[in-house]
Amino acid sequence: MTWLSQNLHIVWGLLADHLLLSVPPILLSLVISVPLGRLAAGSRRWRTPLLTGTGLLYAIPSLPLFIIIPAITGFALRSPATIITALTLYGCALLVRGAADAFASVPEDVRLAAEATGHSRWASFWRVELPLAGPVLLSSLRVVVVSTVSLVTVGAVIGTASLGTLFTDGFQRGIEASILTGIVLTVVVAVVLDALCVLAGRAAMPWRRTVSA
Amino acid sequence: MNLVLDALAWLLDSANWDGRGGIGARILEHLGFSAAVVAAACAIGIPAGVAIGHSGRGRSLVIVLTSGARALPTLGLLTILGLALGIGLDAPFLALLVLALPPVLAGAYAGVESVARETVGASRAIGMTEWQLVRGVELPLAAPVLLGGVRSAALQVISTATLAAYVADTGLGRPLFEGLKTQRYDMMLGASLLVALLALVVELGFQLVQSAAARRAEPHRAPSGARERISA
Repeated sequence: MTWLSQNLHIVWGLLADHLLLSVPPILLSLVISVPLGRLAAGSRRWRTPLLTGTGLLYAIPSLPLFIIIPAITGFALRSPATIITALTLYGCALLVRGAADAFASVPEDVRLAAEATGHSRWASFWRVELPLAGPVLLSSLRVVVVSTVSLVTVGAVIGTASLGTLFTDGFQRGIEASILTGIVLTVVVAVVLDALCVLAGRAAMPWRRTVSA
Repeated sequence: MNLVLDALAWLLDSANWDGRGGIGARILEHLGFSAAVVAAACAIGIPAGVAIGHSGRGRSLVIVLTSGARALPTLGLLTILGLALGIGLDAPFLALLVLALPPVLAGAYAGVESVARETVGASRAIGMTEWQLVRGVELPLAAPVLLGGVRSAALQVISTATLAAYVADTGLGRPLFEGLKTQRYDMMLGASLLVALLALVVELGFQLVQSAAARRAEPHRAPSGARERISA
């Protein structure tokens, strides 16, 4: 506790860095994956390449990906852009499948009924399919939130500041309190962001009282 | 793309492959260490998961463990154990075991749990003992899902074994970190490409084994890859 009180300003800064690295990939992967998931659910031709591709992407370990991305994109190794790109790719790898499952869970009858009542394809997507796919989509988004928050810490070993810096610093200088603080805060950030997702889900889908993980 | 060519040149230079710290030795080290961790996780997780799935007792334990493990940052676990246990393979072994156990346990549990109640009832009705039921009915039917859990664990361990080089001198993470410290991008990127390739090969290998198990468990149905992965 003395360590924490003496280093509070550093910890706050790292917490802010951590949030700035974890929130953008979560939002980006959601925006990218929903249309891709809809495409995979609606067309047999797109389904296999999209799901196989994202599945294999997810198999690539995070640390090597942090090093491969700068070589391809030209981003600086320690720049936030590298971490955000890598974590967006992971997020999409999980969410495209999740979104495809979510849209596939919308009954065909409902889609036809929307068409019969004069909804355009665009209106049917926004007003019928997306709300119905919402709960399943939300449960995969929650997985993405928790794993993204945890993966951001890996960036610390290549020198990108986040709560993971508390692990690398603490390890090199032999301060257990630093590492423990990092672990506790990372879990807290994950739990808080997850809870925000659930609350947002309740606000957006008031007809749905409970959403399971 | 020059960086990638440099990395390939590093990978293809035979001088980098030989000897104790060579690429060849590092690959074997990486795979051997990962296999040992996964084997340990299976030795503990499969019996425990099958017991929970068979008896239906302790379900909440599986749920708490799997969702908790997803939030736990691997690097934090590695470094805290590294400080506590000192330099050597003990800390990464334990840290990776903690990561590998939940997916194996969850896979074994979910596989056995998913066996139809009528099938279990029918097996008892024709006079099978509990042990025969587990070995002859539940395990083969659970195999595809169970293997899905082992596959998640194996991939996660292979990924994280790279990170383990941060606290111990082992595996393909070693040249990666050495390149990082000495500003040698070719070495760092070469090692990264190799780990990524290794993970993809293992992933594809497991896909084949898993679909073979699915064909055996349910010959009349099209094989479906049951899968669940947690962060690495």
